[in-house]
Amino acid sequence: MTGKRGITSPLRTAIAVVVLALAAGATPAAAGDDIAPDVPEARKGEHCVKPVPYMRRNHMDMLKHKRDKTMHKGQRKKKYSLKRCMDCHAVKGDDGDFVTAKSDKHFCNVCHDTAAVNPDCFSCHASTPGGELKVQSKEASR
Amino acid sequence: MTEAPHNDTPALADEARRRFLKRAGLTAGFSLFAGSALAAGLPKALDEATSSERRWGILVDAGKCPEGCTACVDACFEEMGIEGPRVGDNHSRPDQDSQWIRKVSLKNEDTGHALALPVMCQHCTYPPCVDVCPTGASFKRADGIVLVDRHVCIGCRYCIMACPYKARCFVHEAIHDQEPYMPRGKGTAEGCTMCVHRIDHGMKPACVVACHEEGAGAMTFGDTNDPESAIAGKLRDNTTSAIRADLGTEPGIRYMGI
Ligand code: HEC
Ligand code: HEC
Ligand code: HEC
Repeated sequence: MTGKRGITSPLRTAIAVVVLALAAGATPAAAGDDIAPDVPEARKGEHCVKPVPYMRRNHMDMLKHKRDKTMHKGQRKKKYSLKRCMDCHAVKGDDGDFVTAKSDKHFCNVCHDTAAVNPDCFSCHASTPGGELKVQSKEASR
Repeated sequence: MTEAPHNDTPALADEARRRFLKRAGLTAGFSLFAGSALAAGLPKALDEATSSERRWGILVDAGKCPEGCTACVDACFEEMGIEGPRVGDNHSRPDQDSQWIRKVSLKNEDTGHALALPVMCQHCTYPPCVDVCPTGASFKRADGIVLVDRHVCIGCRYCIMACPYKARCFVHEAIHDQEPYMPRGKGTAEGCTMCVHRIDHGMKPACVVACHEEGAGAMTFGDTNDPESAIAGKLRDNTTSAIRADLGTEPGIRYMGI
């Protein structure tokens, strides 16, 4: 028991340091940094699928990689899926409903408007969370 | 799989078991799971790449398919979020809207024999739509499902012209409120995906489910490479054919009684 505790407490300290560093990184509008967009907060509780600096820089490549894996090989683990980004990053509008990609408050639009990129993903993909299959089988599937 | 045996002999089951045990002995961890799923005819693991060891197909028993029943078509429209020919639009005609599956009625004028059957993408082994696609957007998955990678589609519509089954559609209008599991959008070709989003999760296509639960149970879905599957059994025991078999496209969708 004591041996175990001896290992975990430095680990815990290390984790705390990492988390703090992440939290600092997650605040884009640092003092004096006027042009940084005010990124909407994600759902509380869990962290992103990768650390924030990595996400900021590489989310487009991640999404394209996942896209090809899913389209061509049928690999559907949810972790990096575009659909799942919306589970944590959906933003509610004034009316209490989730905003769609038409709104400039949408998570994916805030930075893109600043950076003047205009990916067309949401002309096909739903930009709000959800997605129960419409046709449900009463019997077991196989 | 050209020389399919005529019935499920115990020897065949034994052979499958032996094959599985061999695979299980040779591989470990993740691939072990994949191997066991395959041998047992179970769905693949979510992160496993699909492979040519499977060949998905649907057998339609046209003799059982009643004139007037549209359970499969309705289910497809609902599942895919296609508003379809029922809703008109500003710039295009309702008859230009997507139909991933439709009921076709046939009548032999000489004998008076009438027939109704669902026709969708036939998921050809040699798909003409893939041959003509200039960008590689039209492609066939390893397990035989023919799809449009709409990320790569430029909307040239060659595939629509090449398909002998008229199974591909073009999206003329901007689409809103898509189903989150089924992205669709203006300017791209689309067609039946055999409900790949369901198959990859171990579920049957929406049309097949609806045919059994609301229709006449005329459709059988499964892995035609798995000799123990219901579809392989039916293909073995019955005379079946393909639409326009003369073209040599070797569809994954086969019909009985046409
Ligand atoms: C013309 C329509 C269209 C556009 C535009 C589009 N997609 Fe897709 N996307 C699809 C279709 C269709 C699928 C396949 C869905 C399936 O098989 O379940 C898909 C699947 C995906 C997947 C795998 C499923 C998931 O939810 O993770 C990813 C990732 C993806 N697309 C990313 C993107 C990104 C990033 C963009 C924008 C750069 C984009 N797509 C634009 C139609 C589109
Ligand atoms: C499990 C919930 C969850 C999922 C799923 C998720 N995120 Fe995140 N994301 C977060 C949280 C929480 C943060 C804030 C930093 C942190 O705590 O990790 C964040 C931060 C980010 C940031 C940095 C924002 C900033 O402040 O600069 C980007 C970019 C991002 N996510 C993109 C994505 C993309 C793209 C996807 C889909 C592939 C995705 N996220 C999926 C929870 C999630
Ligand atoms: C932290 C800010 C930020 C957030 C949040 C963000 N992006 Fe981005 N995204 C960018 C930047 C900056 C670029 C442009 C990078 C460049 O110039 O190469 C970009 C580029 C992209 C591209 C490539 C566009 C192209 O033309 O090549 C895609 C696709 C993309 N983002 C998808 C998304 C999606 C989907 C979301 C929401 C889940 C999202 N992004 C959220 C900052 C962000």
